[in-house]
Amino acid sequence: MKRTPIYGMMAEFDSAQALVDAAHRTHEAGYLKIDAYSPFPIEGLAEAIGFRKNAVPLVVLIGGLLGGLSGYLLQYWISVISYPVNVGGKPYHSWPAFIVVTFEMTILFGGIFAVFGMLALNGLPMPYHPVFNVPRFALATKDRFFLIVFATDAKYSPSTTRSFLEGLGPRSISEVPS
Amino acid sequence: MDEPRQPATLSDRAPVIEPGYTFGSVTDKISSIVLTRPTSNGWFLGFGVAFLLTMMMLYAIGYLFIRGVGIWGVTIPIGWGFAIVNFVWWIGIGHAGTLISAILLLLRQSWRNSINRFAEAMTLFAVACAGTFPLIHMGRPWLFYWLFPYPNSMNYWPQFRSPLVWDVFAVSTYATISFLFWFIGLIPDLATLRDRSTNRWAQMIYGILSLGWRGSARHWHRYETAYLLLAGLATPLVLSVHTVVSFDFAIAIVPGWHTTIFPPYFVAGAIYSGFAMVLMLAIPIRKVYGLEDFITERHLQNSAKVMLATGLIVAYGYGIEAFMGWYSGNRYDAFLLWNRLHGPYAPWYLSLLACNIFIPQLLWIRKLRTSPLALFLLSAVILSGMWLERFIIVVVSLHRDFLTSSWGMYYPTRWDWMTFIGTIGLFVAAMFLFVRILPMISIFEMRTLLPEAEVKE
Repeated sequence: MKRTPIYGMMAEFDSAQALVDAAHRTHEAGYLKIDAYSPFPIEGLAEAIGFRKNAVPLVVLIGGLLGGLSGYLLQYWISVISYPVNVGGKPYHSWPAFIVVTFEMTILFGGIFAVFGMLALNGLPMPYHPVFNVPRFALATKDRFFLIVFATDAKYSPSTTRSFLEGLGPRSISEVPS
Repeated sequence: MDEPRQPATLSDRAPVIEPGYTFGSVTDKISSIVLTRPTSNGWFLGFGVAFLLTMMMLYAIGYLFIRGVGIWGVTIPIGWGFAIVNFVWWIGIGHAGTLISAILLLLRQSWRNSINRFAEAMTLFAVACAGTFPLIHMGRPWLFYWLFPYPNSMNYWPQFRSPLVWDVFAVSTYATISFLFWFIGLIPDLATLRDRSTNRWAQMIYGILSLGWRGSARHWHRYETAYLLLAGLATPLVLSVHTVVSFDFAIAIVPGWHTTIFPPYFVAGAIYSGFAMVLMLAIPIRKVYGLEDFITERHLQNSAKVMLATGLIVAYGYGIEAFMGWYSGNRYDAFLLWNRLHGPYAPWYLSLLACNIFIPQLLWIRKLRTSPLALFLLSAVILSGMWLERFIIVVVSLHRDFLTSSWGMYYPTRWDWMTFIGTIGLFVAAMFLFVRILPMISIFEMRTLLPEAEVKE
């Protein structure tokens, strides 16, 4: 990615509805590299900025399968191959007794993959990010809603993007230094 | 999707959040408790007392490590004394937190949003208290890692057909998942605290803990998916944990333990005691911090109804135990019932019936369900009742088994009591720290409850 001194152009909105409408209009206007920031999850906002691929469910599925399989195989290997002990004449491969640990390992790995997979896909932890350079962005975790057009977007130009965003009726507009 | 249908009675029900709040005022109200409200003398007093009790627990455990489990009241035939009673009691209390945060999320019960955060914290601290007991009740606690399957020079592995090994996996998974669930719920709120605090140190610490959260729409989308999936995983997990704990008993052949009703009856009892603890925490917290607008009468009523329902399931469990004692025709089971009612521990059993079945029926009265004081007292009664239930299950079943020659009595020593009361101190001290340094109500989930959060496509 080409590094420019400007990261993007950011517009601030007063309400969730205004942000969703603005995101729709920006995306329809042909800006593809955009993002929106809100103090709480807003239904439909991710679709409005053109975000479709969500890999979290797949990651959790892989984690769960990995956990369940490793849990069962661990017990099988220990009880049948490495350390067979005759307990009350039960078979070495007494699978009903292995279900509990298999189940718990499925949940454990699925949960760990859900949390760390989500963080990794989101690129977190990331202590520094250019959007934090905008002083008003501190309100993005309180009651304000922000839309950004990245400078890497093909249609981006400092003057036309600014006037386009002004047409969306924002509260303020700022250029984000990178 | 259908229009949300509003039940006709909604208008006369208390709301989940009082009207008139905005995104900003909700944020300010919850975050100011942590950031700007001065720490009161009452907080120091409460924390100080709880801290002293924690020190008492550490003293009792330190002496235990020097002298061994002989300082406790456990003897043959009662090899499982207070340690297991308290373990089962504490882990049950934790269950309400996961129920509120995971199961009620899946059921779209939005009233949970104002109580899930501290209920999850309660789960974590209760599991920490619970986890202490199995560790210290081992004769050689410094060898606790033998519980886990790891390659070792003894060429030795755990026995996976034993419910005690299942328990290790269930409880450690439960502790891990509860922590992760609580932590990812906190991330957006930690970012709020990072942006709202004026103190450099607080900004740095909350900043590091918030992992650089910036509320991007892509992030929220993945976040919500992960949160929902985690709730879906935690739901069967929470039901499995107390089921596995009950297997510790049910798989043994001791009369009073060897019964198939145990798993559902343990889970219901866990939720019963957990909601009692939620109320015992919520009622003083909402009063002291002026959060009556967020934790409303509706929350108290709903919790009371959950207690009433789970309490009746527990009562059904007792009924079935008594019925099977008679119907099975097994003289040892019949004797167990007789011994509970007429044996040396009869006063304990009768108090158990009073605390868990008879007194909680007062919750049918609407006036009591809406009175914080009455709910607080009833919750204390239920928590005592559930502790007695664990005591009856562990001690009364063991103290008179098949042969009269092996009968005995269990007398807890002062070390037992010091450890037990000490864990209550540890729990309370951790809760005091939690309400002081972290937002005790989920700020971002409260924002979603406001009418302005509604968006039309």
